Amino acid sequence: MTLPASLAANPRLDRWIGFEPGGRVRLATGKVELGQGILTALVQIAAEELRVAPERVRVVSGDTDAAPEEGFTAGSQSIEASGGAIRVAAAEVRALFIEAAALRLNCAPDAIGLADGKFLQDGAPTALDYWTLAQSVDLAREPRGTAPLTRPADFQVIGRSFPRVDLPDKIFGAGFIHDLAFPGMIHARVLRCPRRRAHLEVLDEAAIRRAAGETVEFVRIGDFLAILAPDEAVVERAREAALRHARWSGGEPWRTGQSDATHLVSLESQDQLLEFPGTAPSNPPVREFHASYTRPYLAHGSIAPSVGLARFDGAHLEVLTHSQGVGLLRGALARALRLDPEAVSVRHSHGAGCYGHNGADDAAADAAFIAHARPGPWIRAQWTRADELSAAPFGSAMVVDLRAALDAHFRPVDWAIEVFSGTHGQRPGHNGGVNLLPAEALPDPPPPPALADVPEAAGFGGLRNARALYDLPPQRVVHHLVRRPPLRTSSMRGLGTHGNVFAIESFIDELAVLAAEDPLAYRLSLLSDPRGRRVLEHVAEMAGWAGRPAGGAGEGWGIAFSRYKNRASYVAAVAEVFVEESVTLRRVWCAVDAGLVINPDGAANQIEGGVIQAASWTLKEAVLVSDEGIATADWEHYPVLRFPEIPEVSVAFVGTDEDPTLGLGEAALGPTAAAIGNAVAHALGARVRAMPLTRERIMEALLAEDTLQTEQHQG
Amino acid sequence: MRQAFSLTVNGSPVSVSADGATNLIHILRSELALRAVRFGCGAEACGACMVLLDGEPVMSCTLPLERAAGHAVTTPEGIGTAEAPDPLQAAFLAEQAAQCGYCLGGILIAAKALLARNPNPTRAEIAVALEKNLCRCGAHNRMIRAVARAARAMRGEAA
Repeated sequence: MTLPASLAANPRLDRWIGFEPGGRVRLATGKVELGQGILTALVQIAAEELRVAPERVRVVSGDTDAAPEEGFTAGSQSIEASGGAIRVAAAEVRALFIEAAALRLNCAPDAIGLADGKFLQDGAPTALDYWTLAQSVDLAREPRGTAPLTRPADFQVIGRSFPRVDLPDKIFGAGFIHDLAFPGMIHARVLRCPRRRAHLEVLDEAAIRRAAGETVEFVRIGDFLAILAPDEAVVERAREAALRHARWSGGEPWRTGQSDATHLVSLESQDQLLEFPGTAPSNPPVREFHASYTRPYLAHGSIAPSVGLARFDGAHLEVLTHSQGVGLLRGALARALRLDPEAVSVRHSHGAGCYGHNGADDAAADAAFIAHARPGPWIRAQWTRADELSAAPFGSAMVVDLRAALDAHFRPVDWAIEVFSGTHGQRPGHNGGVNLLPAEALPDPPPPPALADVPEAAGFGGLRNARALYDLPPQRVVHHLVRRPPLRTSSMRGLGTHGNVFAIESFIDELAVLAAEDPLAYRLSLLSDPRGRRVLEHVAEMAGWAGRPAGGAGEGWGIAFSRYKNRASYVAAVAEVFVEESVTLRRVWCAVDAGLVINPDGAANQIEGGVIQAASWTLKEAVLVSDEGIATADWEHYPVLRFPEIPEVSVAFVGTDEDPTLGLGEAALGPTAAAIGNAVAHALGARVRAMPLTRERIMEALLAEDTLQTEQHQG
Repeated sequence: MRQAFSLTVNGSPVSVSADGATNLIHILRSELALRAVRFGCGAEACGACMVLLDGEPVMSCTLPLERAAGHAVTTPEGIGTAEAPDPLQAAFLAEQAAQCGYCLGGILIAAKALLARNPNPTRAEIAVALEKNLCRCGAHNRMIRAVARAARAMRGEAA
């Protein structure tokens, strides 16, 4: 049997599972908790296959010394990758222990049962359990992957809404990396340059010391400047003063308008043409339709500013981080500091919600660079809100052009999509690069990473979901990977899926309007994928699509669907909006096919959160640049959805337990965005093709529609 | 300049020696190790640092210590504990009303103040009461349900 990839990459059972005193089970995973509930779901999988109560399982996650290496926690892959490995490993551990118990009891393995880690013989209790047998079963062995897995019909723990294992700590007051404090710990703030690669010309240390009021230290390496003090309030005062007492020169200038998505089209790009097969059209083309859609640069906007902790004893560097990829961060840190990777340990600690490559890695690097220069104490480097909204990598802006030739029935007979975007994959360790922000300020910076985007094998970056799932003629997909976008871009929840699904599902809606057909009926007429049809039909049923208002009078309903990455979960969404001058999003319904769902409530939480985050992106958010730099570095200028603006959200899972589990954490983003766009178009009778769908954009669209109608009347 | 200040925190009198201009959040987190008070923005824009000052929700990230001196401060730790949870905390657990949970401290504080003045709030009233609190993960509807659930429990109704 082929081992799951994560297990094949970490091929020792004891790397994953162990038995600890006190009747505890140690479960180790390379995936980390970001608030998505992954640890709880993995505990459920291990508990199921080991036949122990979930409460016995203690998780070690994201630890370069003590947990398997599983790359990044990203791409809605954790349940499939880590969960798949844990399920096979735990089943094998159970089988090995059953063999050992049978040997000890001198009976056939078939006679052995298990109840919460205790072995039964022909249903009767014995003196044996995992812990008494642990000495006689050597788990320091390679998995064979042949132990039988529990059948879905027999699941006791999987498929149940088990409460989050990490939540009590977070409700009762602790549990975050931000809360760690060590004796002698030094607080640090790094002064970020106002322009990338600017040179720190003058620093008035005396003025900064006066403002701080107490002793502060400076660590300067090239243009990397950190201010240190044991008291956080003191270092904070010093940082504020340093903003006034530092003068920078050079660097890459900012220009108003650089942040417009359409600016991407004017920049140099690396181009690629992909062709996906389709059905040969049987009818001739009679008309063409073309439309261009955009999304702006988006910020992660984690509620907590990033933080990193590090300690260097002259030989070994220890780092605590909320990064999504501790192993890759270790490699990047070692390269930047010219250390042996073996001399660096990186451990994950919970941070605020993180939606990709945010500032976590850079903050860890800040702490690591300072600690390396100042061996001894723990260094705690924390970002500011402005850093978080301006120095962390952004999700790239995108321009998505769609072009179709239509037959007499308004069905596509030719289909092409062109995507302009910065990279969506520039994490530390990606593309052979370091890509840690503070490394750019070093006197001898490591080479920048090579230009690349997330490859097809990982579900694409800018092209994620650029291939439509409908029954279409062959699809031509052109990727313009912009070499040097003005903003530093990398992975943010869903990568290209938000822009591409918004574009494709808006475009399909526009075709349905041209055809004067119901958008649901039009979609179903082009869709033979049974699981796609099922989510669409189900969400229509949930929402009462048949009774939707006529549209054009302020009330609007929109529908959209996609299969995330064209291979993970299917999601269809219906949005109900009311549009006066701006958009009020009232309700969203989602139907999801994720195959076997490990934790229904946890899965629903992910879909609900995805809907609301996508609504916030689609309706409100845009990173803007002025001549002075990022103009959206606070919550006033980078508004996100607030409580009174939150729609009611209904989620239904419509898959079957017999289908394998499909990733779902990012699956609702595209369909939600497009359903909102389609609802707004339905409400207005005019299409807004540029996100965010703000009041200004709506006014523009209405004006354009008026002009068009006047021209048509006159013509 | 460091001075001694007295205030009541979570029902107990405390005395701290600090610069009076120091923001309260720093005193609470660093001096008193009350770390459920969370730093989010430092500009009263996200609510993560919310505490009750004489029962009123305020942002501790910009509140100077000297203005809190002599007053009663309640942090999320003062609402309840794992052993003796407040109905709000129990309701947030029952509704699994969080994703990352970083915003929870401030949201519990805002909700506590709401339920003190309005024991039977509507969905819209709960949403308005939480307007100053940002949640980035999208757990809002669960939190609204949790506040309503806590209100029912506090009125003695079934969950």
